[in-house]
Amino acid sequence: MEINHKAHFMADRPVILQIQKVVKRFGNIHAVNGVNLTIHEGEFFALLGPSGCGKTTLLRMLAGFEFPNEGSIKIDGEETKDVPPNQRPVNMVFQSYAVFPHMTVFDNVAYGLRVVNVPREEIKERVKDALALVKLDGYNSRKPDQLSGGQRQRVALARALVKRPRVLLLDEPLSALDAKLREAMQLELVKLQKAVGITFLIVTHDQDEALSMADRIAVMENGVVRQVAHPRELYESPNCKFVADFIGRMNLFSGIVEGHEDGGRLKVKTELLGKLTISYNEKLSGELHLAVRPEKLRISSEILPPSHFSFPGEIDAVVYHGSETHVYLKTDAGPLLCATLTNISRSSIRPKRGDRLWIGWAPEDTLVLSE
Amino acid sequence: MDYWRKSNKVFLSFGIPPTIWLFAFFLGPLFLVWGLSFGEKQGIIRVAITGTLENYLRALQPLYLQIFLKSFWYAGLTTFFCLVISFPVALAITFVSDRWKPILLLLIILPFWTNLLIRTYALIAVLRTNGYLNDLLELIWQSADSGLRILGLGDWNLLGERFHRFELLYNNFAVVYGLVYVHLPFMVLPLYAALDRMDRSYIEVSLDLGASQWRTFLSVIVPLALPGIISGVIITFIPALGTYLTPDLLGGTDSQMIANVIERQFKSANDWPFGAALSFLLMYLTFFALSVRALLTNHDEKGLA
Repeated sequence: MEINHKAHFMADRPVILQIQKVVKRFGNIHAVNGVNLTIHEGEFFALLGPSGCGKTTLLRMLAGFEFPNEGSIKIDGEETKDVPPNQRPVNMVFQSYAVFPHMTVFDNVAYGLRVVNVPREEIKERVKDALALVKLDGYNSRKPDQLSGGQRQRVALARALVKRPRVLLLDEPLSALDAKLREAMQLELVKLQKAVGITFLIVTHDQDEALSMADRIAVMENGVVRQVAHPRELYESPNCKFVADFIGRMNLFSGIVEGHEDGGRLKVKTELLGKLTISYNEKLSGELHLAVRPEKLRISSEILPPSHFSFPGEIDAVVYHGSETHVYLKTDAGPLLCATLTNISRSSIRPKRGDRLWIGWAPEDTLVLSE
Repeated sequence: MDYWRKSNKVFLSFGIPPTIWLFAFFLGPLFLVWGLSFGEKQGIIRVAITGTLENYLRALQPLYLQIFLKSFWYAGLTTFFCLVISFPVALAITFVSDRWKPILLLLIILPFWTNLLIRTYALIAVLRTNGYLNDLLELIWQSADSGLRILGLGDWNLLGERFHRFELLYNNFAVVYGLVYVHLPFMVLPLYAALDRMDRSYIEVSLDLGASQWRTFLSVIVPLALPGIISGVIITFIPALGTYLTPDLLGGTDSQMIANVIERQFKSANDWPFGAALSFLLMYLTFFALSVRALLTNHDEKGLA
């Protein structure tokens, strides 16, 4: 409910970025192949996808470093067709940060104001505010080689924010940081974004990053947007096999539609479970994919209650991850499954390789994917 | 079994040949010339090392100082023109597609594989009064002139009655022209190396932050390419300073540089002690120029080199 409310709230805001049917070719390769996206003011939007999916190319087109072969990009209602990067109301934080090594922190942040002849006093003021915003007060005269990776990134952020862009573009901003710092920065970026109210558009291949920071996420594959949704919706209701497999961990298996029952129920025949019936609103035929998240899987030494699917199998491998344990299961029918157990208490049961048990899940946790 | 890196025999067998080579063919002869510079000429081939400073005092006479000064001036001009011409060239090579890069680099390096003498004579063929450059200029003059005639302005002789060929050879212009031509690759290559190594995103950031192309060039590209610029200036300036062939073949009577004077001492003037003193003076001045460079770059080269 909460999430839907938020979605509504964002959709009410004015549109800041309108991407329509954008195509970008490099030689014979379609890096971006007909992307449509609408991003609203104040949104924290993530472009998520594996490397080579076209997300960075899309970002670079927004910044003006590449120009689309087809389609249109409107920033704040203005068509950007031939607008060079230095005349766009957007700024970018680069993956490498690209903090100028021959300038101090102050000069780096002031650069974007100096080149457009902002008065000296105003520059001082705005640079000071920007550095305070990223918690780098007092670092004015440091040179980049005296800063840590995290601090350099803050300089890059301040340098972009001081320009007060309509949209801030971030290209894999956290990929160069170590795990702990990355998590801290995720939280900080979200806070920062809410504080300044600027639209953030982040490109990442890290689903954790996207899920934890963004208001909305567009998942891209091979130059095409597969799904645009809120993090929770993306995780719980992926619309295709690619998204289901890409976001989080997923048990996937195929089935064949056998028929329909009244009340939107689908009869499916699967190798794993034999024949089963699941609720699904649309009419389908032929082959389809069924999916279930590992944490929704239940394992038990006894048969599961009749409200659940239930079938026998044995443990193939157990991988301990600290907060959770991944149990790889070999079902008697053949397919392999993975279950995630949260280690709630120190004395949680410890499954062993070779244990015979019952595996199952609640029917409503089954996802039906038509592709 | 001995660890080979720690074995003395390995160290000696690798270390001794180059040391001998260095002493026999570089430091030894250099020392001989250094000794000669303190000598006096006695007869046609006899030189006595007397420890006199006479040769150095003579080298510091205004006549020779002036030639030193002129050599510095020509070398400086050469370096300046090389830098101005090479920067766009190096930038272009940096930013062309990978397919063209090796071809352009080859074109830059190609002259190295041709004998300097041949290249200089080719330059004579281009620059002389009946040379190709004058031919080209005449062609342009003729077409401009006939263009004016077609327009009915022929009787006014706006471009003069006939084309006067330029005296391009055997003067100071020809010397600097030749020096620039010979030393261009020395400047292009270090500049290209510095620019090619530079992270492109610095340029993109600058543009992204609203800077113009020109501003980006001045505030980002030039400072980041500074180590390459300095290397290029050094390895252009030093050989240009000691050039002997170019002023000899392309210059007029007043365009001799210090190396020509030195050459004359060892050959026609047969005054080896004085030639040696001039050589060492030139070397000291070169060292001085290098130390200035070291001082200039010492404090802000960090993180750039």
